[in-house]
Amino acid sequence: MDPFIKSVLSQAMLGLNNGAFYALLSLGLAVIFGLLNIVNFAHGAFYMLGAFLALIGLTQFGGWIGMPELSIGFWWALLLSPLLVGLFGIVIERTMLKRLAGLDHLYGLLLTFGVALVLQGFFGNFYNMAGTPYPGIPPSLRGVVDLGFMYFPKYRLFALLFSLAVCFVTWYAIERTKLGALLRASTENPKLVEAFGVNVPLLVTLTYGFGCALAGLAGVMAAPIYSVSPLMGSEIIIVVFAVVVIGGMGSILGAIVTGLGLGLIEGVVKVLYPPAASLVVFVIMAIVLMVRPSGLFGRE
Amino acid sequence: MLEPRADEILRVSDLHAFYGESHILHGIDLTVYRGEVVTLLGRNGSGRTTTLKAILGLVDRRTGYVSINGRPVISLPTYQIARIGVGYCPEERGIFASLTVEENLLLPPTLRSDGMSLAEIYEMFPNLWERRKSQGSKLSGGEQQMLAIARILRTGAYLLLLDEITEGLAPVIVQALGEVIRKLKDRGYTIVLVEQNFHFAAPLADRHYVIERGRVLDMIPHHELEKNRERLNALLSV
Repeated sequence: MDPFIKSVLSQAMLGLNNGAFYALLSLGLAVIFGLLNIVNFAHGAFYMLGAFLALIGLTQFGGWIGMPELSIGFWWALLLSPLLVGLFGIVIERTMLKRLAGLDHLYGLLLTFGVALVLQGFFGNFYNMAGTPYPGIPPSLRGVVDLGFMYFPKYRLFALLFSLAVCFVTWYAIERTKLGALLRASTENPKLVEAFGVNVPLLVTLTYGFGCALAGLAGVMAAPIYSVSPLMGSEIIIVVFAVVVIGGMGSILGAIVTGLGLGLIEGVVKVLYPPAASLVVFVIMAIVLMVRPSGLFGRE
Repeated sequence: MLEPRADEILRVSDLHAFYGESHILHGIDLTVYRGEVVTLLGRNGSGRTTTLKAILGLVDRRTGYVSINGRPVISLPTYQIARIGVGYCPEERGIFASLTVEENLLLPPTLRSDGMSLAEIYEMFPNLWERRKSQGSKLSGGEQQMLAIARILRTGAYLLLLDEITEGLAPVIVQALGEVIRKLKDRGYTIVLVEQNFHFAAPLADRHYVIERGRVLDMIPHHELEKNRERLNALLSV
């Protein structure tokens, strides 16, 4: 194979891998924005929290409770971290965000931004800002897979496929099930859905928890690839917000497709003209905002 | 206060409602008995729509007393009031654009087991059967109105609060809606209609409440309609 094509393809795979994380994160943001009308600035911090919970579970938790031999492995972390992050989100929603319902978007944005800063500051106090590696890739996911044009780390392939599966299940649940119909209806007219006898406040809380859990899940999966750092959330969230703006605020499919697509483009640009790689997303955002202000998948 | 009649479904007394700083209802009093069709008549802005909303707790703040089937509901959240057995059809119809006709129909959760079946509903509204796969946003005004009524019949709600269902619709559709109301009354539903179209409401209703500036001005039973007609016309004229 032509080496140029080979390098484009391999960067495209790595880009797609990043894109899967963008998709998971922007999906959570889209779900939350749809129902709560809140731009969840804490999303990056929940992503970081998910990664730290996995790291702490693996290396520290056992010691804290006096059982140094206890170590919570990757698979358990994949289940427990999102649950804990979701639960934390639920507490934030019930104690703080709920009080802002009906006020201007700006208040929710400011509050969640504050939550993000508090979390970031908290972990920054105890952990290395430059990042701590997560040494817990399970043996079954170590090594590489030969894709023909490149050797791709098995773990990255797993993260890509697993993220895609989670995105698909979420999309299906929202667009094709009874509960999803309730969610979509509540997004359109929450007061009326409540007048039908649906406990909408509970639905709102659970949706926020679910969106945060998705961020936590992305965090756990990112931990072995990027190192775990208090700043990892604020680094990725900027790109994720661009993804959401390009895809269209609140659009589920838009979040998934745009996340993957932009990751891919980022990867390919890395080969074609490396200095532009981190810029290209924002250039696309500017163009989309000029041509289609409501986003590629947003309703006009 | 008199001992309430056993067949009392809705009692509202001294109901005040507020949107922000505006005081909209100034002490509404009304009672509706099982199987009755009752209309709330009045000019635009007199507080009829707000009365329905305040019963369900869809206003910013309310005080006074509301009971449904004997249960005081003033301090309950909206969804719990609905679960007692209230079906609400809002003035703007509230069809969900992102849902199909059938999804719209199946959306409201079943509150009690004795609601109409989907087959019975499609029999009553054959149009909806034909359009069941269509997106809610693609329906005509009449179809939207039929759907807005149809979807609260499946849930087992026995008290229907219907807001301005004839507004902006062609005479044939208004006539069909009258037929629907009659059938629902025969089935034993208790119905509160907010209506602008007096000719539509007059033959259907057992009693009429006249509402003006957030208060009940008068209650006129069906059989006294004729002798009150002139006064009513004066009250309702714009």
